[in-house]
Amino acid sequence: MTAEQTMAPITAEAIEEALLSFLAERIKTTVDADQDLFKSGLVSSMFAMQLVVYLEERYEIAVIGSDLTLDNFRTVQAMTSLVLRLRNANAADDG
Amino acid sequence: MRTDQSEHRLAIVGSGVMGTNITTLATGYGIPVTLIDVNETVLARARTTISQKLRHAQLMGALPSGLAPGELATSTSMHDVADATTVIEAVTEVPETKAKVLAEASAIVRPGTTLISNTSCIPIDEMAASVARADELVGVHFMNPSYLIKMVEVIRGPRTSEGTMASVTGLLSALGREALVIQDSAGFVINRLLHPLINTAAMLVEEGVAAAEVVDGLLEGCLGHATGPLRTGDLIGLDNLVDSLNVLYERRGDESCRPCDLLLAKVRDGELGRKTGRGFYDYGKVAS
Repeated sequence: MTAEQTMAPITAEAIEEALLSFLAERIKTTVDADQDLFKSGLVSSMFAMQLVVYLEERYEIAVIGSDLTLDNFRTVQAMTSLVLRLRNANAADDG
Repeated sequence: MRTDQSEHRLAIVGSGVMGTNITTLATGYGIPVTLIDVNETVLARARTTISQKLRHAQLMGALPSGLAPGELATSTSMHDVADATTVIEAVTEVPETKAKVLAEASAIVRPGTTLISNTSCIPIDEMAASVARADELVGVHFMNPSYLIKMVEVIRGPRTSEGTMASVTGLLSALGREALVIQDSAGFVINRLLHPLINTAAMLVEEGVAAAEVVDGLLEGCLGHATGPLRTGDLIGLDNLVDSLNVLYERRGDESCRPCDLLLAKVRDGELGRKTGRGFYDYGKVAS
């Protein structure tokens, strides 16, 4: 796989859409992109780790160190920002 | 009383759900652990699981900052419990298996070493009959996931000494846990209440009275349970649940503790809950 293929541009809209669809399938509820998933009791602490693994595998990122904090996974918007930031960092490293 | 991490060296026997949970908790709190199980394959899998659980603990902000992680060693030899300050057995919830492991460990460790059983149901004094020094054995019922749930149920057997109670209190403090101490009894407090509840919830599904989501939804929505009984059963592991129900049924004769057909069928079909990806619920391919 070439660098161009792995780092094809992925927009915020596409990430949000994929996450909303993943959540709808897994928690059987439609959520808003700015809704706090944990505060609202929609997802459990056990599901939080599944979100981490899902994003890592789908977007080829590694969430480590200080990024591995619940605040980055509270909302679909926060997760989208994290994915974009880590992918941009990967792209910069490759460049 | 011990509160300094450097004073503790744990040996944990059994690398299943609870063994890896407790290892995660201890290493995350800077305490070195020797994890013992029957072969290298299960120990290799346990190392992977512990890494995942450490990430989960970090994600949830459950570990203290500024503490270097405790070293993790693995071994297939029971003799490696010899230098531990505390041995925790976390093997299958089968009385004979636990008694055998505790007897072996107690024959190897120095007198004065605390022996903890992480049993969820078996009376401590029953197992005390198998160890070299009955006063050194105490029950600590860690919850699952041990690194997220602060409270533990501590069971003082009739022969457990003051010194052992002081030692276990110090260890739990170093692990950041809070303890409530009870007297010895099959099922203790938590599972004498919880296991018949889960079994009855499964019976309701079996009888077609309500689907799993509905049973859990009612207890969560109407009674304020954070996690419904069937989702809790999936987290415990339905095979472990059946083992524990058998322990309770054999000792108390309570019909509500006789494992129902649906639970037995799920165990037979390998649908053991979250750890296999499916139990009363489907968890997808990611086990966490």
